[in-house]
Amino acid sequence: MGRVVLVTGVARDLGALFARTLAGNPEVDRVVGLDVVPPAGDLRGVKFVRADIRTPVVGKVIAVEDVDTVVHMNLGSSNRGSVKETNVIGTMQLLAACQAAPQVRKLVLQSSTAVYGTSPRDPAMFTESMSPRAGVRTGFPKDAVEVEGYTRGFARRRPDAVVTTLRLGTILSPHVRSAFGDYFSLPALPAVLGYDPRLQFLHPHDAIETLRLATLEDRPGTYNVVGDEVTTVSQAARRLGRPLVRLPSVGFTSLTYRLVRQMGSRFTPELSRLLTYGRVADTAALRDLFGYEPRYTTPQTLAEFADGVAPGLLAAVGGHRG
Amino acid sequence: MVDPAAQGADEVADVVPIGTRGRPGRGSRSASPSSAARSLAPAGGARRPGTPRRPAPVDDALRPAAVGEPAAEPDPVVTTAPVSEESFVDDVPPRAAHEPRATTAPRGAQRIPLEELVSALLDGARQVLGEDWERRAAEMVAALRRRLGGDYEIDVFGLDPQVQEILLAALRPVAEKWFRVEVRGADNIPDEGGALIVANHSGTVPIDAAVTGLAVKDHAHRNLRLLGADLVFDLPFVGQLARKTGATLACNEDAERLLRAGHIAGVWPEGFKGIGKPYSERYKLQRFGRGGFVSAAMRTQVPIVPVSIVGAEEIYPLVGNIPSLARLLGLPYIPITPFFPLLGPLGLIPLPSKWIIEFGEPIRTDAYPADAADDPMLVFNVTDQVRETIQQTLYSLLVDRGHPFL
Repeated sequence: MGRVVLVTGVARDLGALFARTLAGNPEVDRVVGLDVVPPAGDLRGVKFVRADIRTPVVGKVIAVEDVDTVVHMNLGSSNRGSVKETNVIGTMQLLAACQAAPQVRKLVLQSSTAVYGTSPRDPAMFTESMSPRAGVRTGFPKDAVEVEGYTRGFARRRPDAVVTTLRLGTILSPHVRSAFGDYFSLPALPAVLGYDPRLQFLHPHDAIETLRLATLEDRPGTYNVVGDEVTTVSQAARRLGRPLVRLPSVGFTSLTYRLVRQMGSRFTPELSRLLTYGRVADTAALRDLFGYEPRYTTPQTLAEFADGVAPGLLAAVGGHRG
Repeated sequence: MVDPAAQGADEVADVVPIGTRGRPGRGSRSASPSSAARSLAPAGGARRPGTPRRPAPVDDALRPAAVGEPAAEPDPVVTTAPVSEESFVDDVPPRAAHEPRATTAPRGAQRIPLEELVSALLDGARQVLGEDWERRAAEMVAALRRRLGGDYEIDVFGLDPQVQEILLAALRPVAEKWFRVEVRGADNIPDEGGALIVANHSGTVPIDAAVTGLAVKDHAHRNLRLLGADLVFDLPFVGQLARKTGATLACNEDAERLLRAGHIAGVWPEGFKGIGKPYSERYKLQRFGRGGFVSAAMRTQVPIVPVSIVGAEEIYPLVGNIPSLARLLGLPYIPITPFFPLLGPLGLIPLPSKWIIEFGEPIRTDAYPADAADDPMLVFNVTDQVRETIQQTLYSLLVDRGHPFL
């Protein structure tokens, strides 16, 4: 039996990559891609529908295309004001449409490890059952927590549907644009004075694979998806050969925001807390319950990123590769 | 040979001309140095203001020698016996005899003796690094290069073995020579598998935790993973160093994760109540938290090793506190010791108390039933048992130690 998969947020790099991967899969009849803006690249084999997820149009798309699986990848983390609308209201509309459409049998939500928040009271590693220690008050982490809440509500009201929530770590790749990718591409990396947080990175391969498994097979539940092992900001900077610019934690966000704009890039304010306290998630459940072994560890993901971007100013000092 | 006196005068005259329209300086009626130039000349020249304008050529010839090697012209007044001919500056014949040396000596002294420097460096390297210093120096450079290239491993808790090694090496002489730490019962630290070390906390600054970590490393060759308060990880630099030495947050999740992975975790259940207590209450154990450490040990079935530390109480005797300022800064206390803040940074030097660290007999938890951790009464009882063991050991250690500083 063929399947029809609706993928939201295909204008983003990861969404487009996933939709293309899925379209090449023989088990899937049709992949419908949805976004407000047309994707930059070519969506081979994906039927693109340009629609705003915040409007009831999404329900019509589900009905017309006879969608049975919805992969929601439309959570954005940039600091534009409309993002919250898209994240929260868009998810509510999508879930309402899914609930009204009896043929929808599966929902896969791409969430983020940002739901754990970032604070000095964080445990060394977050498991899926833990909640944020200091709460999440603003921005993308708050959106992600709310979206997960609505998704749990959908799962309660539609017990027949298989709901998988994948909390993806921060993606780092020269080919997929992400907040950390932008950050580590800077010629000099602003870092918080006196803090050297532990970070984890996710290779897009592992992100796509877990999303694909969750879409094609029934693996309900909530899982952390991150690369194993950790690195610190200072270690990552050394491996990339980029100098760190230590700035005081007071006023770090605004100062860095301006500094990064001077360097001609963008800085997501959510990064500044991550650059202070860091965040590490546990992937034991992904291995044992979901049944997927991440292929790339954090250092391997970082090494691949280092190979893909221009060498840093200090690359001659260390010269580490891989 | 060029007349040295004329040469010297020309050199001085070259410096002066500002404002003299290219003629020799004001101080010279013809070609002699100006007063400014004279005062620049060595003391030998300045001492004799009444000398003729054109002194004997040899006299000036000696000046560069005096610049080159000042020790070669000792004060004739002090020297009672003519040790060397140089003493007789005003004597013509010896001067004449030394004329060639006076002109060559400055050149010899100004040249950098490269061979000597290199051999001194090699000697130094041999002394510091031993006979195979070349190999070791190359290893050090390679290690530094690896470090700067980010080519080192850290574990998920953030333990950086290289940083830990350096910090322990810095702490070792302090513990051995300043605190004269005596470690007893190191056999009670398990050689392998998880264990929970529980100790009394004191000393205003948690140095006792670091010294216990050093004792475990040196006597049992294992890493003690400290469990710290969340304040530690909120403070800049402190939290960063704590993570790099393998410490993590004192919460049940982290404690159980460490113990399950077979690490030795160290916990100071008194917390800030313990280190921040006044000096008058020294060696009186405070409440042992909420017994969370016992339930963590029970869940992971690892032994609890009670540790009694004597000596840390005296390093910074806490005689006062500024609660209002502490509240303002979000700190548990602002310590006042007899020397801090009175002596400023000097007051930060810990007093050289004598320390004894005794590792007690492990308390097994694997005999308890699986759901023992959920039995609050049992947890409280074991907590009290650990606390009582430490308190009794503290009393006997205090008797053993005698005077706290001698």
